[in-house]
Amino acid sequence: MTLDELPRGQRAVVTALDLRGGERRRLMDLGLLPGAAIRADMTSPLGDPTAYEVRGALVVLRRGQAKTVHVEHSGTPSGSTER
Amino acid sequence: MAAPLPTPGVGPSPAEPAGACTSCALAPSTARLARLGLAPGRHDHVVALAGNPNTGKSTVFNALTGLRQHVGNWAGKTVARAEGGFSFGGAGYRIVDLPGTYSLLSTSTDEDVARDVLLFGRPDVVVVVVDATRLERNLPLVLQIRQITGRVVVALNLVDEARRHGITVDTRHLTRELGVPVVATAARRNEGLPELLAAIAQVATADDPPKPLRLTHHDPALEKAVADLAAQVEARFPGVPNSRWVALRLLEGDAGIEEAVRNGTLGDLATPREAA
Ligand SMILES: Nc1nc2c(ncn2[C@@H]2O[C@H](COP(=O)(O)OP(=O)(O)OP(=O)(O)O)[C@@H](O)[C@H]2O)c(=O)[nH]1
Ligand SMILES: [Mg+2]
Repeated sequence: MTLDELPRGQRAVVTALDLRGGERRRLMDLGLLPGAAIRADMTSPLGDPTAYEVRGALVVLRRGQAKTVHVEHSGTPSGSTER
Repeated sequence: MAAPLPTPGVGPSPAEPAGACTSCALAPSTARLARLGLAPGRHDHVVALAGNPNTGKSTVFNALTGLRQHVGNWAGKTVARAEGGFSFGGAGYRIVDLPGTYSLLSTSTDEDVARDVLLFGRPDVVVVVVDATRLERNLPLVLQIRQITGRVVVALNLVDEARRHGITVDTRHLTRELGVPVVATAARRNEGLPELLAAIAQVATADDPPKPLRLTHHDPALEKAVADLAAQVEARFPGVPNSRWVALRLLEGDAGIEEAVRNGTLGDLATPREAA
């Protein structure tokens, strides 16, 4: 599934990014790398954008960006990104 | 996010005319720093403070210089760089506090300042201030800087916060992995600063600093492309350090580095840091 489908409060692990070039680089620099644990934290009142917790910080993504991030569910506790 | 870097070497509104470099003989990097808008002064070594946002760089800066540099985010569009000085072990140090950055690869305006100084200013020592409570988030920048230079000290800051959270970091192991000194600090409480100063002095005066890290790629096609392009970069800019790093940026379509190649500022990197 993609990140935009992750319900609030749920955790997942990033598996792939459907992006190229500068946009891909930017998300990777913000910590969204394959293997990274991610949690949907807060959604703005209109449902977009959403804040995600990744590697100890919040990263805010628009729905369009979140759609490019592939994730799978995990039971991994928050903060741990062991591969 | 493809905003091009401002032309490297032509930093925003230099505070002093770049010609006034009377102490270039003292520190070879002074002329380059002057071109980046940093005021050259009498000093033996230039130290840059880099790191992710909010890791305590300005707090370290204040503690080392005794200045009351504004602690907080760098505001506004005209990004100024705080500079100060201190002396240690009979040598004078000029220290530059940089805005926080997550990466030297994709850049915002604030991050351009940090990247320009690290790449084109070639400081004698880069102190990377990292947040001990968020090491995983902080280490990518350390690795990126290690690919540019071996003259690095890692200040593992906020260890007091880490302790509160039950986090202990094996600094000896980290030192070994990174190949550069890692010093635990709690800058707000002046903890670890004598050790940090000693590490800075050791790296500043090292005759044989660690080599920049070289990443190898397991994809043969990519490896060939990097090697071919790196050879061309070296041919065009003899003596440029990190030609592989430059080649990778070019392959990634990095607008700032493309510009530095096109207008020749990349050649500044080729200036030998010492006569040897
Ligand atoms: N507990 C604790 N807090 C610290 C320490 N070092 C800095 N701080 C606090 O962390 C906050 C950020 O410190 P700054 O020095 O502004 O961080 P910075 O890295 O310069 O931030 P940017 O320039 O915005 O990237 C301040 O509230 C500091 O007081 C430390 O060692 N321990
Ligand atoms: Mg600061």
